[in-house]
Amino acid sequence: MSGELHELGVAALARKLRAKEISATEAAQHFVARSREHATLGAFLATNEQVTLAQAKEADARLARGDTAPLLGVPVAHKDIFVTKDFASTAGSKMLEGYVSPFDATVVRKLAEAGMVTLGKLNCDEFAMGSSNENSAYAPVRNPWDTSRIPGGSSGGSAVAVAAGLAPAVTGTDTGGSIRQPASFCGVTGIKPTYGRASRYGMIAFASSLDQAGPMARSAEDCALLLSAMCGPDPDRDSTSLDVPAEDFTKSLDGSLEGLRIGVPKEFFAEGVTADVRAAIDAALREYEKLGAKRVEISLPRTELAIPVYYIIAPAEASSNLSRFDGVKFGHRAKQYTDLLDMYKKTRAEGFGDEVKRRIMIGTYVLSHGYYDAYYLQAQKVRRMIADDFQAAFRQCDVIAGPVAPSVAWKLGGHGGDPLADYLADIFTLPGSLAGLPGMSIPVGFGEAGMPVGLQLLGNYFQEGKLLNAAHRFQQATDFHLRRPEGF
Amino acid sequence: MTFSTMPLNAQDIARIANLARLELQSDESERMLAQINGFFEIVGKMRAVDTAGVEPLTHPVAAVSDVHLRLREDVASEVIDRDADMRNAPAAERGLFLVPKVIE
Repeated sequence: MSGELHELGVAALARKLRAKEISATEAAQHFVARSREHATLGAFLATNEQVTLAQAKEADARLARGDTAPLLGVPVAHKDIFVTKDFASTAGSKMLEGYVSPFDATVVRKLAEAGMVTLGKLNCDEFAMGSSNENSAYAPVRNPWDTSRIPGGSSGGSAVAVAAGLAPAVTGTDTGGSIRQPASFCGVTGIKPTYGRASRYGMIAFASSLDQAGPMARSAEDCALLLSAMCGPDPDRDSTSLDVPAEDFTKSLDGSLEGLRIGVPKEFFAEGVTADVRAAIDAALREYEKLGAKRVEISLPRTELAIPVYYIIAPAEASSNLSRFDGVKFGHRAKQYTDLLDMYKKTRAEGFGDEVKRRIMIGTYVLSHGYYDAYYLQAQKVRRMIADDFQAAFRQCDVIAGPVAPSVAWKLGGHGGDPLADYLADIFTLPGSLAGLPGMSIPVGFGEAGMPVGLQLLGNYFQEGKLLNAAHRFQQATDFHLRRPEGF
Repeated sequence: MTFSTMPLNAQDIARIANLARLELQSDESERMLAQINGFFEIVGKMRAVDTAGVEPLTHPVAAVSDVHLRLREDVASEVIDRDADMRNAPAAERGLFLVPKVIE
């Protein structure tokens, strides 16, 4: 490994910054140049070199004063779901083209206060709805491991920025797997904390009872550094934010895995999981056994039901959240219309893409008079049963492990525009999301055509520390997280 | 109310699109109809689950502990910058949002 700045992780960069071996300005310039050089990947939707360098200068001033904050001067980029004052915020939608927020999202503010330097905003599926990034209204994002393949979604730009060395760390959001699945497909590490840990204030809402922010980076250690700064109560801004204090997740990274019980749900190895993914996951579980962990067979009997439950609840909440886009206060407004109602309808027809419209339609239907109990309420009840299944499972094990997705990243256009094919591929990430549990993806091998395979780790509520510990110890013993795609 | 398990038809799509304030072109409606009906085929299994006595789950962490969604005090916490906040409006004049005439 050469000492190029983009090959260092967050922790190593921060150490160099504190030792004054490099300046925050040099680090920012390096990554600005990298993102320009690899613009064809489509990872960034907005950059502003002036803003980035001004933030870097401030970080340098803090460093010069001897400030030793752990993330000070390290560059970061944000998924374009987080609103920012200094960069346009579009949520990957034409509806919000050119929108500039009057405030920063809480997560953005917290990382800025920690001294991180913002490189820009990252491409994603429109309003975070999708698993391939092909639903971005601006451009598809290409997977640096094979640029004819999708990076996963919806945090596809985020995963690609880390995988291609365009940013040492990024933020993402996970509603039904949108951090874990692109992390898996791009060979990076990502964590979604317990629902309610990180503030949703300033995250453009998709499904309010599911959306959670989390970091993505090269390693569990790097994710721990960011997650420690991102979490914490936001009582005046987010009514679902939990009254759970922020933690230093780096403290528990080194704990021994001796006797750790890893639950392996048999439903996560059902038909449909490709042989290459199965082989990589099996090898990872054997590595964990070498590290002292014990494998326990468990069952999550309602795994398959998570698909209809999620694709009822998430669209229902989306249809409500997206009703704010009416062409009046912000966002797109149709040019031609006859009256107010026609203005709403044309504005929304022009501003939203196909997948967003589909979910608004499903959501509107399941919330409509006469259908609410049969669909939405029933989905919320089965959601509780799914959450209860996890509690039963966690009586037998400490963490749960399995594949993130049934296959490696597919080709651009590979699902042929069939939305159901995308929904079905979300099967292993949806149950944890519905239960609101913390979940990770860590790179554990390579499958078909040399594409990365991620291992999903799920923990019980507030057990992020245990997940990061399990991930870190694995990464101490293996080097999958250090592999880079050729040419990047 | 009795519940229909029939697939949706073109009228249903038009009714839902109106509720959702979405103008759909005819080819779009047809595609939407096929895709939504395709999706509802996998919903049948969920509808068949016996959920008698199960409380719906809204905040996921409520599965293990009491979660109270808090309300903050209804007091002004910051000064609103009206011009900055209206900068993104498609049509505004003298601090007001402009919309087409609603009342004749």
